[in-house]
Amino acid sequence: MNDFDYVRPASISDAIAAATEPGAAYLAAGTNLLDLMKGGVTRPRRLVDVTRLPGLDRIERLPDGALRIGALVRNADLAHDAEFARAYPAVAEALLSGASAQLRNAATAAGNLLQRTRCSYFYDAASACNKRQPGSGCDAREGENRLHAILGWSESCIATHPSDFCVPLLALDAVVEIEGRGGRREIALENLHRLPGDAPDRETDLAPGDLIVALRLPADARNFSAHARYLKLRERTSYAFAVVSAAAALRIEGGVIRDARLALGGVAAKPWRARASEQILAGGKPDAGLFRRAAEAAVTDAKPSGDNAFKIELARRILVRALTLAAAGTPARMPALPASPFSSVSGALHVA
Amino acid sequence: MNLSISLTVNGERRDVELSDPRVTLLDLLREGLHLTGTKKGCDRGQCGACTVLVDGRRINSCLALAISLDGADILTIEGVARGDRLHPVQAAFIAHDGMQCGFCTPGQIMSAIGLIGEGQAGDDPERVREAMSGNLCRCAAYAGITEAVLDAQKALTAADLRKSA
Repeated sequence: MNDFDYVRPASISDAIAAATEPGAAYLAAGTNLLDLMKGGVTRPRRLVDVTRLPGLDRIERLPDGALRIGALVRNADLAHDAEFARAYPAVAEALLSGASAQLRNAATAAGNLLQRTRCSYFYDAASACNKRQPGSGCDAREGENRLHAILGWSESCIATHPSDFCVPLLALDAVVEIEGRGGRREIALENLHRLPGDAPDRETDLAPGDLIVALRLPADARNFSAHARYLKLRERTSYAFAVVSAAAALRIEGGVIRDARLALGGVAAKPWRARASEQILAGGKPDAGLFRRAAEAAVTDAKPSGDNAFKIELARRILVRALTLAAAGTPARMPALPASPFSSVSGALHVA
Repeated sequence: MNLSISLTVNGERRDVELSDPRVTLLDLLREGLHLTGTKKGCDRGQCGACTVLVDGRRINSCLALAISLDGADILTIEGVARGDRLHPVQAAFIAHDGMQCGFCTPGQIMSAIGLIGEGQAGDDPERVREAMSGNLCRCAAYAGITEAVLDAQKALTAADLRKSA
């Protein structure tokens, strides 16, 4: 790990001033950042510790019915907040399907949004990676790439965004509140992450010094609480990143889907909203044929970036399964294996 | 740069002068405070051998900068027994053979203590396994570990009930 200056500002404005310097990075829990620094993948010259900034660790219901999640709320605290889990069950399920209990106890809400790709060529300082070192090339293109992107990728970069949390947040129209040198602004989560194009090193819309202070779920995000699921296929049952995941949220009245939200994870450099599928679902009867048509529409533009054509079919199937589970209703209790397609009835063994 | 912090480690206040801001909580415990019960396995947050409780919550001490934890309350494997009396989770790991080589055991035990405190798993072995998935055991003593966690949880709940009676 490279040496760095450590500063712990007492106010948001001091933090922004300290982090605007070239080479500075914000430190919250550090569960991703320290790992990257240990591997020499990132080498910040200054760490600006935001963990003591006041007022960023609260979950608040706003007067207009929206929910505001402070940037420093820990993943585990958010997922286990009973009112939060009741109102936004797919978000809670996504959080609990990610990482391990230890990491969820430390990792923060804003940090989850800003975690870096898990592409092994990005992680390996000896490999060519346009994201890590612009212009150096992309060893993933001809390498081990069965888990890489099928949507929105470019010749420069085929990495995926690893977050589970972001997938249902995106489906529910989450908004990101940012403080920066120019004051406070907010952007839709959909516009936070960028597709790689020819500049995969520019991963987000954040400028130097910009600090995410909160996430907001709009009032109508709680309308889906009765029919919302997150489903995530992994290469092992727990403690693994998604091969493909999906968040499905439906508002069903009188046997008809009035409103549908759908997003994919593990398929692109950003969480992927399936708006065309949502339009197909709206007004329809929740059945297998409709779900298959919606799933097909989500992957119309998908193409393999390597040995990963299977992920397109997998995405279709995960979408159909997530929609089927959402239509069946949000379970009364969080499944024993959150988001797992192998989830069993409580108390039963998933392995004999 | 001021690199002095104070921590409460296993109930005792420790004022520490860090040599470098890069020191993780794990390295501070092992190299600085000579509490070598907490193990360094992968050092990258993948194996759970370094699990300790910080302010009552289980975390990977390899992925936490010590300097950022100024003022925190740390519990390590060295602090869980009362003299010669083992912590109920330690006793259960022995009773159920929840180990073979023992390298992952301090992390497993600290993780189990954290899990029982979180109160999310109940008596469901599937939920216990899921909640312990951040602790790898290369000897694959998982069956014994799961039984130990369930048994210890029962013992601790019974003790709580006796206390409150």
